Parts: sequence; structure tokens; C-alpha cells
Amino acid sequence: MRIPAFELPFLIGTLFLFVICLIRFTYWVTSLSKIDRLRVGRNFFTRTTLKSIKEAFMEGLVHRKVYKQNPMLGYMHSSLAFGWFLLIVVGHLEAAAYRRSIAVHFHEAVFFRYYAIYDRNWPFHEVFAFLMDFILLVVLSGVLLAWFKRLNKRFFGMKKTTRLQWRDYIALTSLWLIFPLRFLAESFTAGMYHNGSFLTQTAGNIFKHYLPLEMVTDPVWLAYSISLGLFLAMLPASRYFHIPTEIFYIYLKNSGIKLKKFENGYARVQTFSCSRCGICLDSCQMNVAGIKNTQSVYVLKNIRNRTLTDPVLFNCLLCGRCEQVCPVGLDLNDLRIVKRIEKTQQYNSTYDFLKKEPTPEAGVIYFAGCMSHLTPSIIKSMKQIFESAGIPYWFMDEHKAACCGRPLMQAGQRDAAMKLIEMNQQQILDSGAHTLVLSCPICYKVFKEDYHLPFINIKHHSEYILELIMEGKIVPQKIDQKLVYHDPCELGRGSHIYGQPRAVLKKYGTLVPMKQEREKALCCGGSLSNLRITGSQRNIIRDAALDELGRVAPDYLVTACPLCKKTFAGANRLNVVDIAEVVAGSLVSIPEPELVEEAEMV
Amino acid sequence: MKNFGFSAIESRTIDYSQFDDRLLSYLLKEEPSFILCLSCGGCTATCSAANLVDFNIRRLSLLIRRGEIENLSREIDKCMLCGKCTLVCPRNINLRHVVMLIKKGIVELNEEPQIMEL
Repeated sequence: MRIPAFELPFLIGTLFLFVICLIRFTYWVTSLSKIDRLRVGRNFFTRTTLKSIKEAFMEGLVHRKVYKQNPMLGYMHSSLAFGWFLLIVVGHLEAAAYRRSIAVHFHEAVFFRYYAIYDRNWPFHEVFAFLMDFILLVVLSGVLLAWFKRLNKRFFGMKKTTRLQWRDYIALTSLWLIFPLRFLAESFTAGMYHNGSFLTQTAGNIFKHYLPLEMVTDPVWLAYSISLGLFLAMLPASRYFHIPTEIFYIYLKNSGIKLKKFENGYARVQTFSCSRCGICLDSCQMNVAGIKNTQSVYVLKNIRNRTLTDPVLFNCLLCGRCEQVCPVGLDLNDLRIVKRIEKTQQYNSTYDFLKKEPTPEAGVIYFAGCMSHLTPSIIKSMKQIFESAGIPYWFMDEHKAACCGRPLMQAGQRDAAMKLIEMNQQQILDSGAHTLVLSCPICYKVFKEDYHLPFINIKHHSEYILELIMEGKIVPQKIDQKLVYHDPCELGRGSHIYGQPRAVLKKYGTLVPMKQEREKALCCGGSLSNLRITGSQRNIIRDAALDELGRVAPDYLVTACPLCKKTFAGANRLNVVDIAEVVAGSLVSIPEPELVEEAEMV
Repeated sequence: MKNFGFSAIESRTIDYSQFDDRLLSYLLKEEPSFILCLSCGGCTATCSAANLVDFNIRRLSLLIRRGEIENLSREIDKCMLCGKCTLVCPRNINLRHVVMLIKKGIVELNEEPQIMEL
């Protein structure tokens, strides 16, 4: 079949995009580990593919998570994505009905109305024309909203949007032009040949009176083709490359591939799957401290452009709030840590001076963690709790012990952290313990994720206390106090422990629910993950979090992390206590003023 | 040098006009708060690593200010980056960052084609 010249821009753009996708995807798959490559191949004919198709449909086209964020924003995204998808699918069906054959050249469907001008007796032509016009109207409404969003993003629930690159602007402009041009082209053709429906025919009849349609129709079809071709050709260089990559990412994720501790094809796929929608920007607390270029979206952009610098990479609390709202579901924290590992690879410590201390036999080990040693009231309370529950324990780091390794991990020093982990691990295993109790969520996360401690129950003290209460080893006494609970990042979003501390606190006082809690909880600003932030910037973040927590005027702000406690206590605004202190306080019925004093003392 | 009539042993003299300040200026550029240190030693007192091994972060800070950075690499490797020093610092110096910068700075200075040995 002869291809008219006006289709060429579109065809060239499509071909270019196809070749780039093929090259990039092949390269990414080949850089995966052998097992992961097997996963990619083996899972193709299983339920994984169906699951991926469903997820690609729900997230990639309908944009379910964006709807949850803001219905208006969701409609804008899904009218464009899902609408365009329907235009393609229904367009092909229409062309197939017109040809009375399934074998339709795909470009024929794209420019269908240009060709279907004489034959009017094909099946369902009116239904198809109506459908296509309707879908086009929906897509046009999405484009209108996208224009409007540039003027007023707050209408879409967004305070900030991503700063774009020139390549994005070209792609964006061509994307915005595609559908209005399609509308014009189809209307003009309808004006001449009466092959439109309610939208294009009406418009065509109007245009007929004012424009010399024979002269303008062909140029508009050419412009439509050019805008399509330009968009497709710019796609690999712009943020819109997330469209093909995201589908690929969903499949890789569902076939069980996990992010490694070094950059491989999967990390690249995740990096390219970022659509730079900017939803992570508003969730980032660094904004309040005036830090506006280190958010996940910019880090991923810098990785793509190979312009990532240390001040951007290391200026992040790794609180995980961005990960929580990311509509694509990217592992934003781990992607950043992968880069930190890469950047600090050259100077990992070996800790060869460390000697294993003699290990006592123990059933329960208590590891307070470095941070708890700066908040001695937590250690004191834990000692009281162990004592009154009548549980013998070995206080592993009472006098000296190596760090758990998590702060090193957060800074990217993975090899160094592994040395400390190996040593602590050996010591714990040698003791023959069955339970390890931790007071610090920072330790807890690394013990859970990176230590290999088979048959040992690793428990944060909030979990452990709940167990003791359930077993009746400690008896809670309810006090008439209003409590709010602050979810520490590493315990909440980091280790998914939300319920246990709340269950404990409900037995000790009135726990007031808040707007921003659980997954949405704010970071205290003290996070060790940020190497670059200044003390005063930390204070701004802390104060903003305290504003939120203090809104219900609680008697006590309860947290489960020594670092959160220390950070909040520094503001001297609320009575900050650890959950262990609440429990221990009621155990020996310490009068309340003393509890307050203790909190302020630290 | 002005002669005050005292004798100075060569090996115990620090000539501030000649000492190797590359690492110090690198640190101050990247982490300006480092200049605020008043050598109180709070960092050293709380240090987790110092519990296990002979390690003195305050001394390192002093050595860097004197340009005595020969054995720094071996010393700084003892830090476990737990962050207690940063939390107790009365001048809010971002010591954890300083430690990472020292490590990085040593690598970068070593890569520089210079006569200095670190």
C-alpha cells in the first residue's frame, strides 16, 4: 500500500521510538542477574502477566492512585491516558469494521477519517463515529485541564509541580497539540465529506462557512502527523519515556525482581519509570526548610541526566513519605541508597580492630542502641519493665558494643556496615538467645532486614511490651491523659509497625487520632539519613511537625524512637515521652510531674 | 622568625604559613559549621567507637587544623557513623558529615597529583 507523504512524520517517530525502546529494554534486561533474567522469561506465560496487565490498566491508564490523591488530577491523567488508549483501540476496531477485515495497517487507523470519506455503508459506522467523537471530547477535556493546571495547580491539589527541562517542554507542547489538531483535521474533513459525528460534524459544518476547507484540510492533517511524530520521537529524551517503561516496570516487579544494592537494569527501569508528576514534591518536608532541589523526582532526573551531585543525593531524611504517595510505586529510598553506596564505595572501613567480646548465655537480649544511650530514661524504663515482668535478659550494649550498622547503611557505607553486622550477629547467635528486644527503630530496621538471625524473634520494644501485656506479665493502669502517638519513620513506613504501639497506648490513656499519622506521619527532622542538612533547617522541620502534633493539645506526645524523642524534646514545647516510659511510669506508679521532668531532662 | 631567645625543637614546631591546609579548606567549604568547633570534647565523650577502641574525634579535628593528616585515614576508619557526636555537639556541628567528608577528602587528595603523602 502506498503511504501518503503526510503520514511520514508519524511513521518515522513511531519507528524511532520502537527502536529506542527495543535497545533500552534489551540492554536493561541483559544487565539483570541471571536469576532475575530467568524470572523475566519464566513468568511470561503465568498469572504474573495477567496481574501486570491489570495493574498496568489500573495505574498506567486509569491512574487509580492519582485519583486517590486528588480526583481532579486523577481525571486529568486518566482522560489523557485512558482516553488516548481508547482512541487507539476503538480506532482500530473502527478501521477493521470499515475494511471488514481484522488486518488493518495501524497508521490507517490513526488517520482513519482522512480515508473513510466515500464509503458510507459499513457496519456500525454511526456508532463508531459517535464513540470516537465522544472519546476525543474526553481527551480534549483532559488537555484543557492540563492547560488550566499550568495556570492554577492548586485547583488540582498540588502546591508544587516539577521544574521541566527543554526536552520536556517540546514533548509537552507536541502532546498538547496532538488532540486539538486531530479535532480540527477531523472536523475539516467532516465539513467536506460528512463523515463526522456530534462533535466533529457540528464543528465541521461551522468551519465550512468561514474557511476554505479544501485548502486547509491537508495541512492540518500534516500538522497532526507532525505533532504525533514529534511527541513520539521526543519521548525517549523526555519524561514521557515513563509511559513504555512503567508497563515494563510493572511486569518486572510482579515477576518478583527486587532492587539490588548496586545499580542494574532494574534500577534503571525504575529511574526511567518516574513520570515527574511532582506528587512527591508536596509530601516532602524539606520544602518547609527551603530545600527545593533534593526531592526524589529531581534525584531521579539527575540520575537520568548523569548530573547527580553529593549535596542533592545526601540532603534527604529518607523518611519515605515520597515513596508512600508515588503513583508509580517506585522504591525511592532504596534507589537513593543505591546511589549513595556507589558514591561512597571508595572509602568503606574494614573495622579490623574490632574484637569479639565474650558472650554470656541468654534467652532474651536487650539492645538499646546508640541513640537510646542519649535518652537514658528509655533504658531505665526498659530495665524496670524487664524487672517487673520477671524476665532475665542480657543487656548487650550496656557498657560497650558496636553500632548496629544502620547509620552506615543510610550513608551508603554498606560494606562497612556489613562488618559490624557480622560481628554483632555472631555475638547474638553465640548467646543462644530466642528473643532480641530493640529500643531503637533505626536498629530494628537493620536487624530485621540485613542481619541473618534464624529462629530469633526480633522485636521492637513496643511490640515486646504488647506481648508482655497480652501474656499478663505486666498489668496496664489506665491514666486519664490525652496522648498522641508519633510514628517514627523507620518503625512505621520503614518496618510497617503501626498497630502495636497504638494497642499498648490505648491501655494507658486516651489515644487521640490525628490527620497525619501512620503512613502519612511526619518525620521529626532528626533523621540520621541526612548528612547535609543544617541544625537550623532541622529545627524548622521539627517545629512544623510539632505544630501538627500539638494541634489536639495532648498531655503527652508519645513516640517509640529515641532519636524522635530527643529531637522533639529539644523544642521544649510538648511533654515528649517514649512508649516504654509510659508503661514503666504506670508500673511503679510514678506521679506524673516526675514523668514530665524526666522528659525535659533529656 | 623573630628570636625571643627561646629554642624551639624543629619536630615540635608547626609553621602555620606552610602547613597542608587542603583537607581543612575542603572541609570548611563543604561543611562550614566545622569552623564553630570549640574543642569541648563532648563528641569524644559520647563516642560509641571510642568505647571499643582508641579513637578520639576531637583530636582528629585538632590534627586537621594543624595539617597533621598523615595517619588520618587509618584513624577516621574507626568511626561507626552512629551520629551521637552530632547530637550532643553544643555548636550544632554536623560531625557525621565532617567524618564522611574527611574520608572522601582523603581519597580525592590522594588522587590529586601532589607531592603530599597522606
